[in-house]
Amino acid sequence: MQKVNTDVERCKGCYLCIANCPKEAIKKSGKVNLKGYEYIIVDNDKCISCGSCYQVCPDYVFEVN
Amino acid sequence: MKYKVPTTVDVMKTTFCSGCGQGVVNRLIGEIMEELGTAEKLVVTTDVACGAMNVDFWNFDTIVGAHGRPLPTATAVKKVRPDCLSLAHLGDGAAYNIGMAETMHAAIRDDDVFALVLNNCVFAMTGGQTSATTMLGQKTKSSIQGRKVEVEGKPFHIENALSGMDIAYLARGSIESVPSIRKTKQYLKTAFEKHKNNEGFVLVEILTPCPTNWGMTPVESMKRIKEEVMVEYPVGEFINRGGGK
Repeated sequence: MQKVNTDVERCKGCYLCIANCPKEAIKKSGKVNLKGYEYIIVDNDKCISCGSCYQVCPDYVFEVN
Repeated sequence: MKYKVPTTVDVMKTTFCSGCGQGVVNRLIGEIMEELGTAEKLVVTTDVACGAMNVDFWNFDTIVGAHGRPLPTATAVKKVRPDCLSLAHLGDGAAYNIGMAETMHAAIRDDDVFALVLNNCVFAMTGGQTSATTMLGQKTKSSIQGRKVEVEGKPFHIENALSGMDIAYLARGSIESVPSIRKTKQYLKTAFEKHKNNEGFVLVEILTPCPTNWGMTPVESMKRIKEEVMVEYPVGEFINRGGGK
């Protein structure tokens, strides 16, 4: 099971998750969603399920298992 | 699932600007409503501003009040439906400029109403004009040289205006970092519990970013809140009256 589920169609490219991730497990994906924002991608190997991305995301992209 | 967004606020994709703080505040409200089991009882009165768009994004009963004056409507809701939780969802422009009289009189009467003020230091929906809480030197659409004391006066502090008043709760939180968000949730939960127990007037101000009108990226906006806005507007609990009225 993945540590973090992401709904990248919700992402608006604010990148607050990247700034607040303590393990630098989130980065830009290089791809854009239907709204035209470059969305993020999570490296599940680095992730420690701390929930920081969930806390700071204004658009509910993340769900942490 | 360790962290799952409450179903009360996760209705559809929001149309707020990238990095807007409203989404985080809405999630905190949804989480607290789930924890208190009061989601069905909450009636929110929003302002005619960015907050009014929440009508589409959450499952709470919502009234859009008169421009800048949701507080009298929220007070009326509580008086005719005392079993409900009545939340007035305001911005700094509504609470401290347009609806200043309503805010002060709700506090003077110690009405059973919850005023939630999202302070982003500008009138956001109308395009970024100077509000009472705009920082000195901050450039806005109506202060293009930056806010000056001799023209627009000094920034307004609600904790000074309501100091000494006999109200139930007054606190200020911020959402610029994960610890601040957790702390703000504690303030909101305390406030909701006091409001649920009909203890009197409750006001919680939350420092939120407006990257669009500040002309910054969302990450820069959060940095500005931490380095400038939180210096001018300290966070914490200012009034916490125990017991009832």
